[in-house]
Amino acid sequence: MLRRDFLRYLFKGLSLLTLGEGLKKIIWPISVNAALPPNRWLFLVDTYKCLGCGFCVQACKLENEIPVQANVSRTWVERYVVTPEGTLTDSPKEGREGFINNRVELAPGRYQNIPKEKIKKGFFVPKLCNQCEKPPCVQVCPVGATYKTGEGITLIDRKWCIGCGYCIMACPYGMRFFHPQYHVADKCNFCYHRIHKGIKPACVLACPTGARNIGNLRDPEDQVKKIIISQRVGILKGEYGTKPQVYYLGLSEEVR
Amino acid sequence: MYFLRPLMVFLGLAGLILVIRIILVPADFGIHEQGYLYGWYRKSNEQEWVNLAIKYQGRGYCQDCHGEPYKSILSSPHRGIECENCHGPAGDHPTNPLKLKKNTGRDLCLRCHSYLAYPTSKRSEIKGIDAEKHNPSGACASCHDAHKASKPG
Repeated sequence: MLRRDFLRYLFKGLSLLTLGEGLKKIIWPISVNAALPPNRWLFLVDTYKCLGCGFCVQACKLENEIPVQANVSRTWVERYVVTPEGTLTDSPKEGREGFINNRVELAPGRYQNIPKEKIKKGFFVPKLCNQCEKPPCVQVCPVGATYKTGEGITLIDRKWCIGCGYCIMACPYGMRFFHPQYHVADKCNFCYHRIHKGIKPACVLACPTGARNIGNLRDPEDQVKKIIISQRVGILKGEYGTKPQVYYLGLSEEVR
Repeated sequence: MYFLRPLMVFLGLAGLILVIRIILVPADFGIHEQGYLYGWYRKSNEQEWVNLAIKYQGRGYCQDCHGEPYKSILSSPHRGIECENCHGPAGDHPTNPLKLKKNTGRDLCLRCHSYLAYPTSKRSEIKGIDAEKHNPSGACASCHDAHKASKPG
């Protein structure tokens, strides 16, 4: 009888404690809402305006201390050229030196020149970490080195990362890479150190046409928020269910 | 009776692991705003990222000392281009770096001005050249002033 009584009292006590906590959230919801962080970041990319100049890629590398000559970048620009035969796409050196000729780089060292009359559509798509609402990269980390902050940005803890590379494999967009110097995972974080001081990320600053824009969902006057709510925007790889927070104007079906 | 000693060994190992965990795992490592699935991390890392040095200062930083090219470029078709795009990040200029570079290479200008006939992109609306035909051996800066963005003469 003693054990049964002990378990009964234990069960009743625990349920009372949890009930109290739950009632508190219903009766005093202010304490829950006060926990909402002041920022919630979104990004808007206008692919009609992108010139393929590559200043954003260069700015990102210099601002975030990624070795410039390394073949990795936190952001990059892809070129899509649609011809009647098919779509050709390339991203020479992640676009950091721009696209200075019409030859599409099919493979390192292998180029294809496309005559002008065959070009039906041609455009540039800059890509960066989508800071997904449901990031697969965060779910697979075995040690808890990567995480989503309350503001919606996914960060990587360089001191905690063991360099297993599981998150790099998990990202469906290919945004993550090994940092060549620190040998841990790295990725775009919307220039976390800049947005916290109220200035724009390096790529947004560098863009000469305003193709890249960062917005704040909690700011009632935010222009990016208004565009995303009122205009036709698209996201990359929606079928993966990751709920990305980078929206594109002018996304075409050829974009992978 | 006979299971007591292995049980004690097992409990001892479990206790040891828990003690090592208290020593090795930082105190602020826990479940934060986004719950266990996305928000399990070391909280002080957020501040470590905020502390990263800022290298790109934006064109307002250049305005006070370099007023003339600043005003000139603002009234030219190049007004959208930040100073640091072509001259490199300002950092703590003039303390560090002492001088920013004047890049007069062709590849810098060809990023936008190599004409690409892409109908659905703003790139095709920019006046451009064929790099192999237009003055292939010379620097663009020998005839064009980037802060005025005009044809030579």
